[in-house]
Parts: sequence; structure tokens; C-alpha cells
Amino acid sequence: MALSGLEIYKLLPKTNCKECGFPTCLAFAMKLAAKQVELDACPYVSAEAKEALSAAAAPPIRLIKLGSGRREFQIGNETVLFRHEKTFFNKPGLALRIKDTEPAEEITAKVETVHTYGVERVGIEMTFNAIAIENASGDADTFARTVAAARAKTDLPFVLMSNRAEALKAALAQEGGHKPLLYAATVENWEAMAEVAKAGGVSLAVRSRDGLDELADLTTKLSNAGIADLVLDPGSRDLAGSLAQLTQIRRLALKKNYRPLGYPIITFPGEVASSEEEEVVAAAQYVAKYAGIIVLDHFDPAVAYPLLTLRLNIYTDPQKPISVDPGIYEFNHPGADSPLLTTTNFSLTYFSVAGELDGSGIPSWLLVCDAEGMSVLTAWAAGKFDAETIAKAVKTTGVAEKLNHRKLTIPGHVAVLSGELEDELPGWEIQVGPREAVDIPAYLKVWKQ
Amino acid sequence: MPGTVEIPKEKWTGAIRQVTLGATADQGGSRARTVTVGGETTLPFLFFEGAIPNPPVIALEVQDSYPADWSPVLLQAWGDALRDPATWARKAEELGADLIMLRLRGVNSNGQLTTTAQATATVRAVLQATGLPVIVRGPGQAERDNELLVAVAEAAAGERLALGLCEDKNYRTIVAAALAHGHLVIASSPIDVNLAKQLNILISDMRMPLDRVLMDPTTGALGYGLEYTYSVMERLRIAALTGDSMTQQPMICFVGEESWRQKESRAASGVPAQWGDLEKRSVTWEIVTATTLLESGADIVVLRHPKTVGVIRNTIRKLMAQ
Ligand code: SF4
Repeated sequence: MALSGLEIYKLLPKTNCKECGFPTCLAFAMKLAAKQVELDACPYVSAEAKEALSAAAAPPIRLIKLGSGRREFQIGNETVLFRHEKTFFNKPGLALRIKDTEPAEEITAKVETVHTYGVERVGIEMTFNAIAIENASGDADTFARTVAAARAKTDLPFVLMSNRAEALKAALAQEGGHKPLLYAATVENWEAMAEVAKAGGVSLAVRSRDGLDELADLTTKLSNAGIADLVLDPGSRDLAGSLAQLTQIRRLALKKNYRPLGYPIITFPGEVASSEEEEVVAAAQYVAKYAGIIVLDHFDPAVAYPLLTLRLNIYTDPQKPISVDPGIYEFNHPGADSPLLTTTNFSLTYFSVAGELDGSGIPSWLLVCDAEGMSVLTAWAAGKFDAETIAKAVKTTGVAEKLNHRKLTIPGHVAVLSGELEDELPGWEIQVGPREAVDIPAYLKVWKQ
Repeated sequence: MPGTVEIPKEKWTGAIRQVTLGATADQGGSRARTVTVGGETTLPFLFFEGAIPNPPVIALEVQDSYPADWSPVLLQAWGDALRDPATWARKAEELGADLIMLRLRGVNSNGQLTTTAQATATVRAVLQATGLPVIVRGPGQAERDNELLVAVAEAAAGERLALGLCEDKNYRTIVAAALAHGHLVIASSPIDVNLAKQLNILISDMRMPLDRVLMDPTTGALGYGLEYTYSVMERLRIAALTGDSMTQQPMICFVGEESWRQKESRAASGVPAQWGDLEKRSVTWEIVTATTLLESGADIVVLRHPKTVGVIRNTIRKLMAQ
């Protein structure tokens, strides 16, 4: 959390020597707080003051980078509790867990599936981000071999999971320098874990078995031992308990600037789930409520796609106008004889109309007008969806060239525009469609050229 | 030894109003039990700083005629029960629904308009088939809504139905009918905090007690505006807890209707292989939409698929475990 001008002033020499170019230290402090000058402009700041100031400027939730190259992803550095306040920036990484006790072919198959899986939505390619490999065998060699075999198949970042530092050390040697996350330091093993993480220059997860006090104690020790890149596992696995813990951690970091818990969080929705559906529910909660990494125990495209879509939705910038691009949209491969409808570019209006057009199975064209992201009635009332706007869209898009008819269906709510629109668009017949999108399929069924 | 981490708690001053659906014989209705929602003094499921006296509840959707346009996944899951609203409602109760949401589409399968007599007969049949409280929604066109819901309100006087949807362009007739016959109303606004408030004020100005008003913030399904609904609900809930009286209504989300309309819930072929199996994908679509909206403050989720009911019931139970 940034310091106030007065707090900064207390750290300055208070000599008012003017060498920074400001008449007083206080004036300089105020400029610093407003981020209009650099601290270096004052030649007399003490080392302690420098450290205090740079610590205060650090983000309240540390940014952690995992992996390398094109598969690198970053988590943390979030600044708000609610997405309407600003935006959630760094999407939680989705990972699939495999265990070194599974048959080699199965491991290979799973790694390849996750590695190649990608699905597109609104022009964005959505993928999983990591593979977690658990040392379920308890044997360091088996673990290292499994990690090596997986690494041969993918450049995805790994989460290496073991409670034994030697096993992690052995696995790290096979990992190929892709910056994995080690999981996890606990009360019992944190010193040994810290050594492995430090030697490898990689991030370390910290697991508490006794709530946030133990967690904060552990991160403080690790931080003092020189490990800066930490990821938290506060321990809860049940829905209600982990919602409370993750909310508390986020609040402590953002509202109290509480450093010991200012790190991203790793979650395991499958660990107490008795079915795949329970795992999905927990994963959905973690997407919305504050996870940095979500390690799943199942992979199925029918589940991965909805979860990736949820992540895309929740991490969309809420400040962006709720609109889609104006233009011509096609449904069910329309031809020159297919009906042409029009609506506004308010996303939800568009989505409901598009959903109905698509769902009807009937080929059609949709002309989306630029109504500044307003719904049909609001835009009409505001003069943003009038005869002129619609006529302009018809002309500038050249939609007529795609058709061998001149018929345009307008939303029922703006039936009053028909006459005026026919004046604006000579040669066109304006038809009045249904008021609600839900009635569009029935309308299309009886639509005749 | 480590210090104790001090958990920051919000000091909320407001509470969500409690709204009771349904009336038993003693109360002038015929329901076997009533359902109360609302009463929260904290954000969803954050028991460490407030109370959640009533868990969110599940309504299952029933329609007045065979929903031939529904996703094949739903048609298959329900089978012939969909051909008779009473049978359908009975099955919904067996599946563990807390409420029935009867949607009067106002047209039969042949596309003919239903009469008010047919609509009231359907409502009576559903009320007889189930002991659960009932929500009744009209077709969604002002004139037809008014015509059918007024008749339904009168025919089911005293049942404490929830009638909807009331929108800013059309609420007076429905509110008056609900007032006259002892029902509740659902106030629906298009994903906007101020419009939601305004409509509650208009309805309250008609002397409808606010413990008889549910709020529909307008549901966007996963991939189709879910994030807008999610955020407007969080904002409404925060406003309510901060003491803004006209935002303190329990929220209802029409999850099933929105989720099952989408291509992801309907299309088995002609879609990318990465979408996976239709049945699993479509049910997951509804589960994820419902879960996310519960996390942002839904008091009633209206669902469609039998399997979703079990999963969401279990989810609510786990979220309510303190
Ligand atoms: S240079 Fe440093 S000490 Fe001198 S006035 Fe500026 S802030 Fe104060």
C-alpha cells in the first residue's frame, strides 16, 4: 500500500536543502506520494528510508511467475476484492494433477491431453496452464523419473508436490529449468524446503495445517530466510471454510497491507470432492473467489470448457462498455434469400438475439447497429437507435450486396420507426419483428421473402 | 511465537429483508410448508462476520405446455413428465426442489393462445400436485402477462404465490393483483443497481410491503453476460448491507432458462471437439452458472435439470456448514 506524503516526509532528512529542486522536504514528499518524482532526486535519503519506501511501493499481493517461454504465466498482483471496483488481472492458473504412482502410459496420455487442449471463445484461445505432479510413491527416484518423462512431453510449467525436500531436489534436476512451483513447505520441513527452493531459484508453496496464524508464521520465516516468491495454501478444503480463508487473506493483503499473507493462493478443489461435479463447484468458487492456482484431479473437455469460460468472464474488464462490435453477423450459414434482422450492440441484447437466431437452426443475417452499447429501448429513448442510425448501418456495411431481397426486420419495440426508415432506405421493406428475442424462432419460421 | 493474525471484519449496518413464499392452510393457503429467504447480515456465506438465517433455495421450472423447443438433454432427462404440468411439478418436488416456478408461456404446443381459464386451471393443477410454494411467471409480454396473472392471482387467492415479472414499463397491474389477493411479486430490472432500486421504490409506492418483493437482477448465463449479473448482484448486496433500504430484497436468478438457451447446452454436433460431451457440458454449464450466482448473493436459483438440483443442493449445504 502506498504511503501518504506525511508518512514519506517522516523518512526524509528534513533539512530543506532544496537540492531535489523543491523548496522543502515536505513538498518533495508530496510529489513522491503522487508518484510525480523519483526518490533518487534527493541525494541524502538514508538506506533504511529507501528500503521502507520501496517496500511500501511493492504490490500488496506479490506477483509470481511460473514456467518459462510461451507457457509462462503469472499470478498475484491483484488490487481489488470485487471485480466491479477495478478488474481482476492475472487469471488463476488451471492445472491437472497426476501422481507418480499412476501407470506410465496414463501419465503420458494425461500430459499430452492437457498440453494440447485449447478452446477458443470470442477470439481468445483458452488453455490450461500447468501440470501438478505428486510424489505419491514417496520415492525420490520414481518421482524424478516421472517428472523427466512428463517434461519430455510438454513445456507446461509444473507444480512439483512432495513433503520431502530430497524428492523435490531430485525432481527439480529433471525439470529442465522451466521454473516450477515447489509444494509445499510446512512446519516440519520448511528449512530444508527453503534450501531447495533457494538453490533452484524457484517459487515455493507454503502449507498450513492450523489456519492463518501458522501460515503467517511460516511465510515470515521463509521470507527472512531469503525466499521472496511464495504461494499460500491456507489449509481449508471445504467450500465454506476455504471461502472464508481466501476472503480473509485477500482482505488482509489489500486492506491491511499485511505482508506475511500478501501472496497468491493455491487450491485443490478435488481433495474433498466425492464426485466430479463437486470438484467443478469448488473450482468455480475458487475462480470467482481469489485463487491463484487451481489444481484439478480430473480432466474432461466438457468440464474444462465451462471452467475456462468462467475464468474468462470473471477476469473481463468490468469498465469496458457492455457492447459487441457493430457489423453483420451470420447464423446457420445464411444465403441471399435469408432474412435480415437488426438490433443494437448492447452485449446482452446481442447475446440473447444471437442465441435465439442460432438456436432456431434457421439461416439468418443480423445487422448490429452502433447504439453506444445500449439496449433497444434505452437506445431508442436516447435517440441512439433511430431510423438514421439503422439506415446508416445498412448503407455502410453494404449488407444489401449479400441479399437478393430488400427486407429488414426491426425489433418490435421500435415498430414506430418503420415509416421513417422506409423514407431513409428507398426500395426497402421494413418488417416489424417480435419485441422479445425469445419469440424470434417462431417469427423466423413464418418469415417469407 | 507468532502473533495472532487479526481478521478484518466488515461492520455491516443493513440486512436483507426476509420474504416468505407460500401459505399453509392456517395462513389462508394450501401449501404443506412455506419457504423463507433473505435475512442475511453478511456477504454470501461469510459466517465470520454476520448471520445467514435462511439458506438459499432451489426452484425447479415447470411450464404450462410441452417445451418442444428445450434442449434435447432436458427433454430426455424429464421424459413424459413434461407433458403434464401437475406430473412435472410432482416430480420436481420428489427431486428435492424447495419451490416450483411455473412458467405460463401462454401458448399451447400448436401455437394457439391459452385462455385465462386454461391458465388458472394449470395453476390449480400444479397447486394440487405439490405442497411446495409456487412462483408463477407470465409469457413476458405486457398485455398477456397482465391478463393471465390477474386471473391467476384471483384464482389462487391467499396462496402467497410470487408473481412476475414486474418491469418498469409494466408493474402496476401485477402489483395491484398481488396486493389484492395476498401474493408476492418479482421486480425485474436489466442488470443495473439504480434501475433495480427505482423499481422497488415504484412498487413500494403502491403500498406493497417490501417483505413481499423479490428482486430479479436479470441473469446472464455463463459465457453470456454472467459477469455482469455477478457484479451487479455484488454491488446490490453491498449496497443493501451498507443500509440502502431499497436494495434489501432477496434476489432470484433464472439460471436454468438462461443456461439452457445457449448453444453450449443444446448442440451435440457441429461444435468444436474441445467442447466435449453435450450432456456433461450442458449440465456443467447450469451448475457453474448457479454456483457463481450463489456466491454473489442469489437467494433463489431457478433450475431446469434434475441432476443440477442434487449438485446445487449439496453445494448449498456445504456452503452453509459453519
Ligand atoms: S533534497 Fe532531500 S533533503 Fe534536500 S530538500 Fe529535497 S528532500 Fe529534503
